[in-house]
Amino acid sequence: MPAHDVLIIGAGLAGQRAALAAAQGGASVAIVSKVHPVRSHSVAAAGGINAAISVDDDWHSHAYDTVKGSDFLGDQDAIEIMCSEAPAEVMHLEHIGVTFHRNEQGLLDLRAFGGASMKRTAYVADITGQAILHVLYEQLMRHHETVDRFEEWFVTSLLRDERGRCCGVIARDVRSGRMEVFHAKNTILACGGAGQVYSPTTNALIVTGDGIAQAYRIGAPLMDMEMVQYHPTTLVENGLLITEGARGEGAVLLNSEGERFMEKYAPNKLDLASRDVVSRAEQTEILEGRGVGANKDGIYLDITKVPRKRTLEALREIVNIGKDFAGVDITREPIMIRPGQHYIMGGVKTDVNGATPIEGLYAAGEVACVSVHGGNRLGANSLLDTLIFGRRAGEHAAARALSMPMPSAANGQLNDDVAAIDAILARDHSGRRISEIKRELGETMNQYVAVYREQEGLEQALGVVKRLQEEAASAYVDDHGTVFNQDVLGALELGYMLDCAEATVVAAIERKESRGAQFRTDFPERNDEQWLKHIDISLGADGAAGGPQISYSPVTFTQWQPEERKY
Amino acid sequence: MAETHHAPEQFTLRVRRFDPESGEAPYWDEHTIELEPHRSVLEGILQAKARFDGSIGIRCSCRAAICGSCGVRINGEPGLACHTHLDHARASAKDGVIEIEPMGNMPVIKDLIVDMDAVHWKKIQRVTPWLLAKQPVPEREYVVAKDAMVDVTQSMACIQCGACVSDCLAMEVDPGFIGPAALAKAYRFVGDPRDDRQRERLVDLSEDPQGIFDCTHCFKCVEACPKDVNPMGQIMRLRRIAISDQHIVDANNGERHEAALTTLVRDYGLLHEAELPPRSYGGNSWFGKFHPAAGKELLSLLPTAVKAIARGKIGVKLALFGHKIPPADLQAVKRIYQTVEGRPERYELNLYISGEDEEERTPVGVTVGGDGGEDPAAAGEGSGS
Repeated sequence: MPAHDVLIIGAGLAGQRAALAAAQGGASVAIVSKVHPVRSHSVAAAGGINAAISVDDDWHSHAYDTVKGSDFLGDQDAIEIMCSEAPAEVMHLEHIGVTFHRNEQGLLDLRAFGGASMKRTAYVADITGQAILHVLYEQLMRHHETVDRFEEWFVTSLLRDERGRCCGVIARDVRSGRMEVFHAKNTILACGGAGQVYSPTTNALIVTGDGIAQAYRIGAPLMDMEMVQYHPTTLVENGLLITEGARGEGAVLLNSEGERFMEKYAPNKLDLASRDVVSRAEQTEILEGRGVGANKDGIYLDITKVPRKRTLEALREIVNIGKDFAGVDITREPIMIRPGQHYIMGGVKTDVNGATPIEGLYAAGEVACVSVHGGNRLGANSLLDTLIFGRRAGEHAAARALSMPMPSAANGQLNDDVAAIDAILARDHSGRRISEIKRELGETMNQYVAVYREQEGLEQALGVVKRLQEEAASAYVDDHGTVFNQDVLGALELGYMLDCAEATVVAAIERKESRGAQFRTDFPERNDEQWLKHIDISLGADGAAGGPQISYSPVTFTQWQPEERKY
Repeated sequence: MAETHHAPEQFTLRVRRFDPESGEAPYWDEHTIELEPHRSVLEGILQAKARFDGSIGIRCSCRAAICGSCGVRINGEPGLACHTHLDHARASAKDGVIEIEPMGNMPVIKDLIVDMDAVHWKKIQRVTPWLLAKQPVPEREYVVAKDAMVDVTQSMACIQCGACVSDCLAMEVDPGFIGPAALAKAYRFVGDPRDDRQRERLVDLSEDPQGIFDCTHCFKCVEACPKDVNPMGQIMRLRRIAISDQHIVDANNGERHEAALTTLVRDYGLLHEAELPPRSYGGNSWFGKFHPAAGKELLSLLPTAVKAIARGKIGVKLALFGHKIPPADLQAVKRIYQTVEGRPERYELNLYISGEDEEERTPVGVTVGGDGGEDPAAAGEGSGS
């Protein structure tokens, strides 16, 4: 029965960074992940990481760009922390081995990215996430004596004591099927977003909102859940990501008439306006009949503008993606893209140290909402978010652990989870297949809770989600074994996804304005008077039976007052 | 602009199944799925899982060849399921049915899932897989050449999928071989100008009998790698740095063997097989073979030599005097050596940039393939002379 000062769930960038920071803070640390750490979805982050490290840059400028990018919904105290601590964090990564690309002087090279007022994105070709993730894992291997790793352990729920505080998790060893209680003074959720709620999505199959739903189920509030980012350049073929780094290197967007249409929507920043702006522009072009391809549902991304050698050196991954997944040589011809679900700005509500309102529970990375991204995240701010708040959560949790005893869990929780899994295994084949429910959920969300939204569609989506929740309760599995039973874990993940979807739709219905990623065609204006506030979704006193409850929390302002947002 | 709209077609997948709880032997299981031909084998497996049998075990996550989860063998060849098109897989199938098996050289846990911890990750840990940074740590970044970082990015691009480990022939014979993935990882530090332990790393990997000189140049890992990491090329670069730059004379005779090979080709125009072991063990001189240390090794090779002669693999005359090639050809060979050795610095391909670009800027005559490492010019560079 493992017991640790700090227990981290998820081993992407936020989780690994938290683990290393907590270990350095003198705590006993364990990190649990349902996949091997290097398979975590942080690996797919391509373009880079933002930090004001150039001599003529200033973190205030980075912070302002982030505030503006968030459509003034981001909390400015948190944004100031993130941006001011960014340069030191990037230098730390450099010192432990990340192979950031250099300029001719041998210093860190920087590339342009969306919504940024200058070049401030450090990068490793277009595999920045992979390069950082693998280096952090090297550090975990190096510090194996101070960080216990539980790789391929699936967390089924968060453990509570009699007073409702979080005191660890219950998890299943994927390889053996064994269920175990992990006791911890503090638990840090770092297990990513919920992209699989949508179909298509750029997100990996493992990104199923586990941590968001688990926290929600023990009473933690979710914040900004309506804010779902559609990335402007995802492959029409299958939804895979084409990095914003392509436009950062000079690629442009063209409609069916060969027009560089961003001139209309963002005359200054053009193709490098913030993502919500570019995605809406593309969607408008498609809706107005200027899309490309057989179904006129795509936009051309023309990377041939970038010198070929530079493309091969700095955008190698998307050269391969073009070749392997779309049959296109991006150095010679444009590639067909469209907006696709990519990121959720919302998540478990935390303070600037990653602490949630549930005592003993922290969250960091995409699972969390601090909120530094508000209504729209800037490209290359997500890696930064994971690392800064992962580290802060690790440090804070370690310090807190030093002055507290090991809490004791309320009885019966392990048995409840074992029984829940046994019940899934015992279901007869009268219900639907899990894969069918998942597909219907994804397609529904992508139809009604996408770039453009309106009341009727959102209500329809809510109806579907509620029906699917009922159907999921009787969905059956084929695998009845214990070793690598991915089928039964898929049933649990489906439940998590449905919780996340419900929170997103409820919040999207609630916010009757257009801000950031939420664009309501029935309320097309931003309305600061009524809606310059966060929407929090939580389960009330009667738990799941009472359904999601809505409340609000204020946006924190420090230096920047809301103004009209133009790119 | 390539339009890739194709009608869905039927594909039959033959999946190797193994249920460790059943007590039964592995077996084959067939499913027919329907997808556009350019969709991936992984999508095919996922459709079979979704529609017919949710118990098929396969690790997978990103679908975009970046997470490294779905390493398998398709029609006997290792690779990522998400990175192999269904139509290509069908074309390479022996009977039109796409055969999917777990990777080799690692124990199978269930169906297509292998135990990577037991083999792959253990080997990664063998090479001290973290930066041992030069001290003192600067306040800002280490100042290093632009090309140096682009260069190590090739081995950094390894996604740890295990495809190269799966089909490493040397590892099949010698499971203790550190292997292609871990040695490529080692190059990532040896090639990193910020690392302070290059020589120690190289001595370690040279002296280990299962280290860099255990590779047999079979190219399997180069073919298997879905990310063009070119593990064998990285191993060859480790050797070149160990030998030519660090002058590490190793107990495995790797350094002397390479010197012997290159000097023999220089002297004879072709490899003088019979002279290779004496020169490898005794150094680059005819008398070297009488060196006491060489004697024991050479005696142990005698039965092999006798067998080779008895079976007609090598003639007595050839064994004694080596190949003779026309003088003009021999001169041409020598000129290659002069050209290569006359260069102020070793010509290392920047392998992270794809070969196509190389063709455009490399003058004819010294063009080398995208794989690097194994061309005559590169071998000549390694000569100790």
